Amino acid sequence: MPAPLLQLAQVTIRFGGLTAVNGFDLAVCEDELVGLIGPNGAGKTTVFNLITGVYPPSEGTVTFGGGDLAGLRVDEIAACGITRTFQNIRLFGSLSVFDNVRVACNLHRATGPAHTLLRLGAFRADEAAIARRIEELLDLFNLRRFRDAPAKSLPYGEQRRLEIVRCLATKPKLLLLDEPAAGMNATEKVELVRLIQQVQKQFKLSILLVEHSMKVVMGVCQRITVLDYGMKIAEGDPAAIQRNPKVIEAYLGEDHQKSLAHH
Amino acid sequence: MPRPHLALLIALLTAFAISQFSDHFNPYYLDVLAGIGINVILAVSLNLVNGYTGQFSLGHAGFMSVGAYLSAAVTLFFAPRLFGSDGGTAVQQGVLFLAALLVGGLCAAVAGLVVGVPSLRLKGDYLALVTLGFGEIIRVTFQNVEKLGGALGLNAIPPYTTLFWVLAFAAVTIFIITCLVNSTYGRGFIATHDDEIAAEAVGLNTTRYKIVAFVVGAFFAGIAGGLYAHFKTTITPGGFDFTKSIEIVVMVILGGMGNTLGVILAAVLLTLLPEVLRPVAEYRMILYSFLLIVLMIARPQGLFAFKLPKARST
Repeated sequence: MPAPLLQLAQVTIRFGGLTAVNGFDLAVCEDELVGLIGPNGAGKTTVFNLITGVYPPSEGTVTFGGGDLAGLRVDEIAACGITRTFQNIRLFGSLSVFDNVRVACNLHRATGPAHTLLRLGAFRADEAAIARRIEELLDLFNLRRFRDAPAKSLPYGEQRRLEIVRCLATKPKLLLLDEPAAGMNATEKVELVRLIQQVQKQFKLSILLVEHSMKVVMGVCQRITVLDYGMKIAEGDPAAIQRNPKVIEAYLGEDHQKSLAHH
Repeated sequence: MPRPHLALLIALLTAFAISQFSDHFNPYYLDVLAGIGINVILAVSLNLVNGYTGQFSLGHAGFMSVGAYLSAAVTLFFAPRLFGSDGGTAVQQGVLFLAALLVGGLCAAVAGLVVGVPSLRLKGDYLALVTLGFGEIIRVTFQNVEKLGGALGLNAIPPYTTLFWVLAFAAVTIFIITCLVNSTYGRGFIATHDDEIAAEAVGLNTTRYKIVAFVVGAFFAGIAGGLYAHFKTTITPGGFDFTKSIEIVVMVILGGMGNTLGVILAAVLLTLLPEVLRPVAEYRMILYSFLLIVLMIARPQGLFAFKLPKARST
């Protein structure tokens, strides 16, 4: 088995007396789609914050592509190829759809601040290449029609999609999705599942998905890790997780098992 | 030639053409016009910090004073030694003045870096207070340096500032800030303002953006200070207190944070307003304040900001 792209080893974080994540192990391999589920407050978003460098772990290590991420700033970790969406959408509200994606293109810019003043051929070529890439991405996600509209004015579902497009513009190797289906109706969820699968295939990404909607999680994940009170209580493929008594007790509930029996 | 460069060239030529006739202008109008130009430089440069990057600074007058004092010190020291009693030719004066302005601007930029690096960890009101404090520290320092005239300030500064210099530097300031912001790099300033967490998550070093904004802003405040010193020929520490900073902040807010055209118009308007109100003498500042309140209530999004259009499928 090849070495995993992302590996968390015995990661623990304490906030004062509270241990939010405790001795957590996680591995995400290349091209793998891993789900992270658990009840509210189990520490799922905290795991994202530990991976992206928002919090340094109290104990344990996070390695990515073989390198230790300890001590790197959030933007440096993004430059390594890890990017994320947010549970409560975080777009650049005063910028247009185009410019939201453009900001994320800064990691792969060929010209620097001084070029913006001289505006010579190299600068114009760079800006034109960036614009082409953005428009290709917008086309791919059917957002081209909103190109110049302020990001804040987009319908909710489109805002979620734009956030994913913005992530893709950083050319990530690992994409962290934090509850992408929150607030979506059944049709939109089906659409989202297709989108996630398309993105993973087309951009050859690894994805770590935090999600409450079992329809989405069971639909796309190859492997699922279950978190409760900051500890891993189960890990396995979707079918095994749905039958796991610990997971049913802590998270899925008896009803879920009954609905499973009907199928 | 790229469009912004063409615009700059036209602006510089226009400035040159206008300044050819400045001898025929009423000195009072000349004074007001120069004041407008200097305020445009101050407001447009502060707009990069407070408007685009969203870092609320109240220290702009402090950086202006650094530029004013240091550029004045340069010309006061070198003009007599280089040019003797005849004062030198126009070209000699121009070269010395340009060098003095750049020294003033660069020193202000260094001051911006020194203030910015520790204080930009702070946000919102805390940053405002710290920059306010730093501005006052700079002022009080000048007040206590006897070599720079102490509380009396510097006087008999050579009157090198002509209408051309003021208009030319206003054009250069607008050009540089506009070019900087209108680029993939420059959109990072606005992203830092809109959502710092998201900006970092897509790989922006937001701390560096804030420092760049602060240093560039301070540089142009220093240039404006140099122009002011060589226009008034007398400067005192009291002229750069925090009310001056607030005056510039008001221009930025009234113009619409992060809207360069609006900020330019607000700078023009707010420089003219006290002049227009001169006939009402002692009620002038009361009326000025009252008009400000009315404007803020009527146009909280900025005098010249327009509502963002709704998303439309096109």
